[in-house]
Formats: sequence, structure tokens, C-alpha cells
Amino acid sequence: MSTASIIEQKLTSRFSPSHLEVINESGNHRVPPGSETHFKVVVVSDAFAGQRLLGRHRLVNDTLATELAGGVHALAIHTYTAAEWEAKHGAAPQSPNCAGGGRGE
Amino acid sequence: MSNPDVMESIRGQIEGNAIILYMKGSPQAPQCGFSAQTVQCLMACGEKFAYVDVLSHPEIRAALPSYASWPTFPQLYVDGELVGGCDIVTEMYQTGELATLIKAAAERAANSAAT
Repeated sequence: MSTASIIEQKLTSRFSPSHLEVINESGNHRVPPGSETHFKVVVVSDAFAGQRLLGRHRLVNDTLATELAGGVHALAIHTYTAAEWEAKHGAAPQSPNCAGGGRGE
Repeated sequence: MSNPDVMESIRGQIEGNAIILYMKGSPQAPQCGFSAQTVQCLMACGEKFAYVDVLSHPEIRAALPSYASWPTFPQLYVDGELVGGCDIVTEMYQTGELATLIKAAAERAANSAAT
């Protein structure tokens, strides 16, 4: 199974999101074609209600701890409750461009 | 994995600097887009801050994720506490929350240095 599918599956079972995006952004970085190293996730779930950003990101990081300890090198996280997502008109920020620093450097 | 001396020196850095950023590269030459964006937000707040380039300190890079249970870089600490990584810092910058936090920390640090 691809890392993207594993991430999707884990986030789905942990947060039952009303909206979920798992985007492989590895192609924007200096890694071989087809890599699964850089991801962006957008998770919309009322499981985040009442939690500050740090707590929300910790939940996502913990859910994907195995992947982060393995091949996943960068994870951009955007978390919203259903109401916050509606207020954002359904758009998460873009990830920054690569600045060239490789993993082994 | 993370030897106690490295953890101790990380603790010293975080407790000894009101505002400290662990990043890839330097503020002038960031080596990662996430570090670049974070340092831009921080510089826009207009206060001095400390930084550690984890690419030139592999032992810190290896140990820091377990310090505050945060797996990725950059990591911003203010007044000894983890604020977050790029996405959190950027969002706080956009809401103005970051500037408030940074200015308050810089002011407290200046006051405690003066007394």
C-alpha cells in the first residue's frame, strides 16, 4: 500500500473527517521521482474543537508517528473544525517552496 | 539514542533564550522552505532571537524531536515552551498572535536582564 493511502486510512479512522486531503508534495523537493517523503494534509474534523493548534498538530503527528519515524520527512498540517473550514471557504494555505537542503546534508 | 549531555545542552539553550528557533540553515540562508517561511514570520516581528542550525549540529537534530515530542523542523520555543512548527507559526503570524507573543517575551527578557 502506498504511504499516501496509509496516511489517509489512519487519519480517517482517527478523526472521522468531514473533509480530508492527503497531498504528496514530494515532487516539489529534491528527491527522486515517485518519492513519498513530503506530504501535506488537510483535516477537517470536529475532533479538533476546543483544542489549540499545538494540541491539534500533536494529535496528527501522533497518529502518523510510524510514518514520520520512517520515510516521511516533511508533513505540513492544516487542521480545522467544520465551522472554521467553512469560514476559510474551503482552502488551506500553500506549502513553502523547497530551499534545497537535502535530507542527508 | 539521545545522550543526556545533548539533552542538557538543548535544555540550556531553550531555557537560556527567551526566543529560540531550531531550523535548517541560518536566518540569512535557510536550507528548507519550511524553515525559510518560519524565520520570515519571526523576523517580521522585529525582535532579536536566537537560532540553532540543526544541519550543522547533527546531534541536536537527532535529539530535539524527543525533547518536546515534536517530530519535525523547524521548532520555535518561546519562554521555554514549544510554540510549534512552520504551519502554526505562519498561522499565528497571520492572526497577529505571533507578534504579541514575541514582543511580550522580548520585553520580559529585557526587564529581567535589567534587574
